[in-house]
Amino acid sequence: MATQSLLQERASRLNWREALPTIFAILYVLIVFSLLRSLNRADLWFPTYSSILFPLFVFSPFIIFALKIPFALRAVLIAIIGLVLMPILGMQDSFYLELITQIAIFAAMAIGLNVVVGFAGLLDLGYVAFFAVGAYLWGIFTSNANTIVRISGAQAAPELFWLFLFLGVIAAAITGILLGLPVLRLRGDYLAIVTLGFGEIIRILVSNLSNISSNRRNPINITNGAQGLPGILSPPLPDFMFQAVESLTNSLGLPVNNVRAFTYQLFYYGLVLIVCALSALIAARLDNSPIGRAWTAIREDEVAAQAMGVPKVKMKLLAFALGASFAGAMGVIFAARNTFVSPESFSFIQSIFILAVVIVGGMGSIRGAIFGAAIVTLLNLQVLKNFSLQINALRNIDWVVPIIDFPIRNWPQQLEPARYERLVFGLLLIVMMIFRPSGLLPAKRRQLELQGERAERISEKELTADVAEIRPEDLLSAPAAIGEAKEAKAANAADIAEDLPADQPPTPGEGLPDEPKEKP
Amino acid sequence: MTAVPNLASALSRSRLLNGAAEWFLQYFLKPIGQILLFAVIAGSSISLLALAVGFVLQTDWHGIDILRVPARINLFEQVVRQLPNMLLDGITIGFVYAVIALGYTMVYGVLKFINFAHSEIFMMGAVVGYEVMIRLRDGQLLSELPPLVVIILMIGAAMLVCGAAAVVVERVAYKPLRGAPRLVPLISAIGVSFFLTDFVRAFQALNRNIFNMPYPTDLVPFFGARINIAEGLSTTNTTLIIIISAIIMLVGLNYFVNATKIGKAIRAVSQDQATASLMGINVNLMITITFMVGGALGGAAGVLYGLKTTNVTPYIGFIPGLKAFTAAVLGGIGNITGAVLGGLLLGMLEAFFSALLPYFPALGLGYSDIFAFAVLILVLLFRPTGLLGKKVDEKV
Repeated sequence: MATQSLLQERASRLNWREALPTIFAILYVLIVFSLLRSLNRADLWFPTYSSILFPLFVFSPFIIFALKIPFALRAVLIAIIGLVLMPILGMQDSFYLELITQIAIFAAMAIGLNVVVGFAGLLDLGYVAFFAVGAYLWGIFTSNANTIVRISGAQAAPELFWLFLFLGVIAAAITGILLGLPVLRLRGDYLAIVTLGFGEIIRILVSNLSNISSNRRNPINITNGAQGLPGILSPPLPDFMFQAVESLTNSLGLPVNNVRAFTYQLFYYGLVLIVCALSALIAARLDNSPIGRAWTAIREDEVAAQAMGVPKVKMKLLAFALGASFAGAMGVIFAARNTFVSPESFSFIQSIFILAVVIVGGMGSIRGAIFGAAIVTLLNLQVLKNFSLQINALRNIDWVVPIIDFPIRNWPQQLEPARYERLVFGLLLIVMMIFRPSGLLPAKRRQLELQGERAERISEKELTADVAEIRPEDLLSAPAAIGEAKEAKAANAADIAEDLPADQPPTPGEGLPDEPKEKP
Repeated sequence: MTAVPNLASALSRSRLLNGAAEWFLQYFLKPIGQILLFAVIAGSSISLLALAVGFVLQTDWHGIDILRVPARINLFEQVVRQLPNMLLDGITIGFVYAVIALGYTMVYGVLKFINFAHSEIFMMGAVVGYEVMIRLRDGQLLSELPPLVVIILMIGAAMLVCGAAAVVVERVAYKPLRGAPRLVPLISAIGVSFFLTDFVRAFQALNRNIFNMPYPTDLVPFFGARINIAEGLSTTNTTLIIIISAIIMLVGLNYFVNATKIGKAIRAVSQDQATASLMGINVNLMITITFMVGGALGGAAGVLYGLKTTNVTPYIGFIPGLKAFTAAVLGGIGNITGAVLGGLLLGMLEAFFSALLPYFPALGLGYSDIFAFAVLILVLLFRPTGLLGKKVDEKV
């Protein structure tokens, strides 16, 4: 009897302990949410507050993932954040909804790029080209510009959006294969430069395909050139959705000005969330499949992978096609959401943004891609912009920084943080590569690889004086096989002789190591 | 009595003379001859291409609408008329590309990685040239000093600043990553490239509150003065300056790499780092020197490019950088001679496209940048080692 009550007591105490993370997570979300709700746009410090609080809110799902919370509870909490709290925030200030949609778009593209860069190890610097393919596919067929499609009356009805979403995936995948075919032999940095060139070719094409006919009076306009395609259609939504949103906003006491626009915002938010979740699911399942293993093998050592029977051509093309298809789908959604596309949205810097997302999150990590998307997008679209706004607001009231007595109006007008995103992202890439090449939320295998290399490098530093090219493990395997140290030495010498160029035979006893260094 | 020492001294003098003549031949005449040969090869191949294209496309028989020229234009005549100017343009820009390409190819030879930030080093050179010119103008010295001194000052300052910048970039962003997987330093280099672009933009915005930096070349009449080369073909002094200073730099680099001890050490490091370090070569120092020389050449090329285009912005680095990289790949990356050939060929191709594209209503000048990427992809497809590169088998 007594032991039973003791056990019960213990169980209840344990339960209480286990509930702590959950309570913490709920409190965290509620506090951040209510603080965000209480912000007032007219407040002087609004830009600073909102660029601190909103990222905290966006990161809450990651905090929930990091804490020890039962799976079902996690799912419920994240669903509440995504489907209840976020729309409410959006009703209060639609910019938040815009931001989170942008984050999801970048996250889905980063997951796609992750398949190419992270899983298969093929650095693609022209990834935005596939995004452009999707965007222009929907844009050309529904824009109100005088394109050949409009003149010939082949415009697509907005109802066909869903079909085009599918077509965008296919078109991007085909483009991916077309890019992949010629570059199959290339690797590493050559591949990076060629994909960059490919991305630029696509951009130059879309900004020049405003006339492909030799007759100037009767031009054949495909992409409307550098002006871009205005007036792209959105898919039609059923009437009850507008009514539902209107009644919902009214009943919550947060009426929005333009119910129609807000409903569309909510629709796109939901759509990109679904596409993003689907991409994450597909990528995760692929990573743990034979295909994912084949990609890993190719990434680690192409020649060895081929020797083991991995179909290199097929797997590389599959990686390009799959990675591209995610971007194609997002391109179609992007064009419909923005109602305008122009070549400027598909420049090299966009590719680098997506690459930065993957790098910051961690190559090969899907959670990392989403996390990186949140960081990079918030940094670019919210933190830097709000920083500029804050400086301007403070300049207007002639504020002086306390302690250092710096009058803010002396802050040079030219140094608007929002205009220096290249500086910030360049720095971000360098710092990430030097201090954390495996990213903030690294994939386990990738982390071992990248940090393993680092450990190896340190050992290499000690070795450079005598042997640099020979990897420690090569040397370790030789003595184990032969047993005797003396013979091992001879074997090492032979190894080294093989590594040296043929026209320079090594002279014995000169520059050869006495003992193989141990791998730390 | 005196005959013997006289003979001996005469012999030694002649040997000295012989040595000097050999030296002159080896490090002066031979590289110049090579450069001229390359220029002739590039020029003649592009002329043949241009004439062939002009001949084939002057009529409509090919039936491809995109390649149709308006009926009133005789394309062949136009090509013949434009050819001399086209060649001159091609050589000028080709030499600039060659000098930039050397920076890519040297770093690739030593570290086996693409120094993506080199294009921004080049851009910095152009900006430094602008700064020097503006400062001279403000000091009322621009029109007083002999034009040659102005040029030397500009190029010298650009070489100093850019060489130092390249070394700093190497120390900060590449050195900690040596030995990491190949993608890591490449991504870091892209970061450096973006950082430098905006760094220069911010610097000039604070310094002078400008984005466009037009070279005040019109203040020095010497730059714009025209020289008649032949009937109907004239050029400016600027073009000559660009060509001559590029040749001087190429010859100088050839001497540095092939005749000096440091050059020998750099070649050793690029062949085999481990063995080079076994032979007592300071590998890190050689890598630093490589970056310094490459950066200095890039900076000088920036000044030449600025003199040619006369307008400089912080964003000019990207496209010429890519073209120069393409030139390095075309010639065979890691190969210094190849970079010169590649640069000249690419410059010629660019001149060819920008001369001919406006005749086709369906194409237009907007496409003139595509050709570099197309060349890059074609070379990597069909001859990844480049024109002068050696085939390297992969060691497993």
